Amino acid sequence: MSADSIPTAEPITRLIEEFNKLPGIGPKSAQRLTYYLLRAPASEVGALAEAIKNLKEKLVLCSICLNITDSDPCAMCRNEERDRTKICIVEEPIDILPLERTKKYEGLYHVLHGVIAPTDGIGPDELKIKELLLRFNDGLVTEVIMATNPNLEGETTAMYLQRLIAPLGIRVTRLARGLPYGGDLEYADDVTLSRALEGRQEM
Amino acid sequence: MTAPRTYQTEAIIIKRIKLGEADRILTLYTPELGKLKAVAKGTRRPQSKLGGHVELLTHSRLMLARGRNLDIITQAQTIDNFLPIKDDLERISHGLYIAELIDSFTGEHIEDRPLFDLLLETLKQLSQTKDCELILRYFELHLLDHLGYRPQLQHCTDCNSHLKPDSNFFSSRLGGVLCHNCGFNEPVARPLSLNALKVLRLWQNCDFAAARRVKINQKLASELEQVIAEYIKYLLERQLKSTAWLDKLKGTILPK
Repeated sequence: MSADSIPTAEPITRLIEEFNKLPGIGPKSAQRLTYYLLRAPASEVGALAEAIKNLKEKLVLCSICLNITDSDPCAMCRNEERDRTKICIVEEPIDILPLERTKKYEGLYHVLHGVIAPTDGIGPDELKIKELLLRFNDGLVTEVIMATNPNLEGETTAMYLQRLIAPLGIRVTRLARGLPYGGDLEYADDVTLSRALEGRQEM
Repeated sequence: MTAPRTYQTEAIIIKRIKLGEADRILTLYTPELGKLKAVAKGTRRPQSKLGGHVELLTHSRLMLARGRNLDIITQAQTIDNFLPIKDDLERISHGLYIAELIDSFTGEHIEDRPLFDLLLETLKQLSQTKDCELILRYFELHLLDHLGYRPQLQHCTDCNSHLKPDSNFFSSRLGGVLCHNCGFNEPVARPLSLNALKVLRLWQNCDFAAARRVKINQKLASELEQVIAEYIKYLLERQLKSTAWLDKLKGTILPK
């Protein structure tokens, strides 16, 4: 409210307002960022402005995996090194990053852009499921890995997809569910613990 | 100012929406406090202590701290996670429908222990059965009962005459059965077969175990479903969102 009483140049208040809309940025952080940019060299500010502009202008959805990309098909779908017999299904583009960080997965991805959430009125038709089924037409894919979130909606979606895909003769697997590394057994919930017991492995 | 800062309650989690980066707002149905909303912090992180204890359709014991706006869940311990529901696509879907029904029909902070008991019993029954539809019909009928919308099935709702053992009519507007004569004069009433009337009467007055013993063919089952669904839609003045998913599930995939 102080911005109303103390006269500040319009470009400054406007940028503060824009920053303030971002997640995790309160009015104070917004001010700090704005005044930082005011003092920063013009080249740096220009680079930021361009990066933000490109975000919307240059990005599209990959026509194969529906990940966000600047070239269609995306770099991952074009990469001949990757295993074309496996597709890993994720809810959102951001879910690919942690999976890639593990460096354990060499196959391709498919982004659903959501999960089945009946009580929010989101059904299979709202997700990129038709696009997924089209990818099985060439008969190359032998395994589909469900990497939806381990919660009710994620499991619902995985079970639904399993029913669609399994009849095609494709192996459907799901990420193991168990105890988080660095966690505490005492706080584990029964579902996670049951799954961890079921999926226990020879040492 | 003297109200204690924390309190404990049992609860069944009936709804969940994302809040901020890793938090959720949960809608709880409790025996002593009715429906209420609370914040579960950090539950979207894998290492959350609350995590699986506050998943949808879970019966948990909770400790809550009073917040300025919404109360905050500080501790949670599962009582029953209804795992058999969560392992089965049909059961999950029906469970979510039940949760949405409860959420749509109840207001916040209205204590209703019998309704909590009904919800808990329904989820228990749902985890033991293959016939989700029957559980759902029983729940719907008794939910309407609890809320004061008990369908009138004994006499004609309009002229109060005794019903003949013949096909009659059901009117959502009047909340009950109409005799042959009155039914023809009520434009929105739908025909109700004698068998459907008998089953509805029986279910209204029996427990789950007895309800499960009734053998119902496909035609009768879908008649019962439509009668009750129409009545519920009339009362809520809208379609429940999860019905679309239930229909889709029935239509596209045959049960294994």
